[in-house]
Amino acid sequence: MSLLEIHGLTASVGDKPILRGINLTVNAGETHAAMGPNGSGKSTLAQVLAGNPAYEVTGGSITYKGQDLLEMDPEVRAQAGIFLAFQYPVEIPGVSNAYFLRAAYNEVRKARGEGEVDPLEFADIMEEKLALVDMDPGMLQRSVNTGFSGGEKKRNEILQLAVLEPSLAILDETDSGLDIDALRTVADGVNKLRDRNRSFVVVTHYQRLLNYIVPDFVHVLAGGRIVKSGGKELALALEEKGYDWLTEGEPVGVNA
Amino acid sequence: MSSSIESLITKEYAAGFVTDVESDTLPPGLSEDVVRAISEKKEEPEWMLEWRLKAFRRWQSMPEPHWPNVKYEPIDYQGISYYSAPKKKKSLTSLDEVDPEVLRTYERLGIPLNEQKMLSGVAVDAIFDSVSVGTTMREELTKVGVIFMSLGEAVREYPELVRKYLGSVVPYSDNFFAALNSAVFSDGSFVYVPKGVRCPMELSTYFRINAADTGQFERTLVVADEGAYVSYLEGCTAPKRSTNQLHAAVVELVALPGATVKYSTVQNWYAGDKEGRGGIYNFVTKRGKAFANSKISWTQVETGSAITWKYPSVILQGDNSVGEFYSVAVVNNRQQADTGTKMIHIGKNTRSNIVSKGISAGEGNNSYRGRVQVLPKASGARNYTQCDSMLVGNRCGAHTFPYIEVANNTAIVEHEASTSKIGEDQIFYLKQRGLSAEQAVSMIVSGFCKEVFKELPMEFALEAQQLLGITLEGSVG
Repeated sequence: MSLLEIHGLTASVGDKPILRGINLTVNAGETHAAMGPNGSGKSTLAQVLAGNPAYEVTGGSITYKGQDLLEMDPEVRAQAGIFLAFQYPVEIPGVSNAYFLRAAYNEVRKARGEGEVDPLEFADIMEEKLALVDMDPGMLQRSVNTGFSGGEKKRNEILQLAVLEPSLAILDETDSGLDIDALRTVADGVNKLRDRNRSFVVVTHYQRLLNYIVPDFVHVLAGGRIVKSGGKELALALEEKGYDWLTEGEPVGVNA
Repeated sequence: MSSSIESLITKEYAAGFVTDVESDTLPPGLSEDVVRAISEKKEEPEWMLEWRLKAFRRWQSMPEPHWPNVKYEPIDYQGISYYSAPKKKKSLTSLDEVDPEVLRTYERLGIPLNEQKMLSGVAVDAIFDSVSVGTTMREELTKVGVIFMSLGEAVREYPELVRKYLGSVVPYSDNFFAALNSAVFSDGSFVYVPKGVRCPMELSTYFRINAADTGQFERTLVVADEGAYVSYLEGCTAPKRSTNQLHAAVVELVALPGATVKYSTVQNWYAGDKEGRGGIYNFVTKRGKAFANSKISWTQVETGSAITWKYPSVILQGDNSVGEFYSVAVVNNRQQADTGTKMIHIGKNTRSNIVSKGISAGEGNNSYRGRVQVLPKASGARNYTQCDSMLVGNRCGAHTFPYIEVANNTAIVEHEASTSKIGEDQIFYLKQRGLSAEQAVSMIVSGFCKEVFKELPMEFALEAQQLLGITLEGSVG
């Protein structure tokens, strides 16, 4: 059984259709890249998978671990192992990263039928996770994403990924706004988290990230559909030729 | 947007039950005879009665103030009963003689008065309707010379102390509700900490309104003598009733030279139902007078009441005195709050710090009203004000009315204000990490209030955080 099966998925924001029939199957341990020009629907796909209420699913189906994902609330999806690394991580002033992470970790543990951990146990867990993304322990005492640089925010997302150990991690333009060193650190962190039970959907505009996080499959979105799928070499072809050769005859995007 | 801020189930007000006790209640109405009757019931000395009568006469000539940014139907002062007490056969000598129903009430509220079950390190004075039903930990306090008893007892046992300080910070003529309180106050707590003594435990008063159609008019007086330290907490609840009840309290704090008084409130009076029926009118005058090198710190978490109208203030009389005000005020449904502080800088090098966090949800209306006044002689005065509002949903209101009057050009006064909205994006972010909508809101709001919560003693900070969650439950979906 596949981890994730998407059939004929359509979705809109307000009255505007964005996804126009997505079909995609992700098996356990696979890494899929979703690429495409701005407005092609790739970020919308990430948001819909996470259950963002700002997007309305108008048709099709998503099956996750054999369950109807569209019936699940966002927090239930998270507890069931779906993680979205946000393109724009949200600031929560006054709430320390450590407190937030532990609360999230405990919710996910509870859903798995495991006991909650106390702050001391959690501190031990964090030591290892921080090393993974090369983060200073001082970050844990700062308010969630508040006043973080772009790079710190993205690293904080990967730290959360490392802590919550999802089955399906969706990275939404994690490379945007990162310089090459930060990109490498973030990619290294992700690579360490790849294993045969964890799947990734990496949403990106540029091929650059895929030099570091090498995907098993690459899908090109245009006009709310997947117009081409292939192996990692497809990303290289895109780098060389751009998107135009694939999107001819398709509406390139639905710009917001 | 397909989603949004809509209702979940509103949690019941847990303290909304009524206790069935036999009460000694005066019939509704207010006159000189009623004032005399209250004084007589309390076996007060003549001077106390005279003071009450002066206050009553003054009150009759005063108009009810309507400047706060709140709306309510006119109050029928003749429709209120001004005294209600659980019946007792003789005066109480120990808690064992308190009506078991009353003790059970406090147990249910999580305030056990039974010495064995008590929170360690906290002494409690329990006020039930108009009277104090018991004060705990007295012996231990007596050892270090701290007086902690109901004001009624103090009037009889320490008349000189009470007479010296009662009305010294809030005179009976101060305002309409303070005058009313001075005329009819039934009980409250009295604290005196002697020179140089650091009060060894938190002192606490727990106010409970039980009887219907009564007002509660308690009066608290805290005096910290030179170099003394005391931390005092008050909590309040009332049953759910469909009519409004008036709570017009007065709190006076006196910090003599070098003393520190910390006063914390967790106010959870019944707020009325979703349509705004019932609930407490919380019209309170709280003020402290800070002598040289002393410090007065107010911390309040206001989650209850249909209407809150109060401005815990500090008169910075002595040189180098410090005044602080940390406040969280939450309104949901039809609640209204007009609250803030006054810092009156009289002495040299006086400092004040104001941190106000207002949260508005539902159709609630929240106003911050503050006055920072620097008098001509207050050279080197310093004030910092931070005033933040948070909106939950789009039917609520947040208002800010800061008044700053500076008459000394060496003073430095700063005012910072912000307004923010709990974002759908914040809630979605936290849900995506596995937290429920309630947990998400409670986390965002706690973060917003952090600077205030850290001023509260530990166990009360937790209580405050939970109350906040309960008050806001149902405001976000």
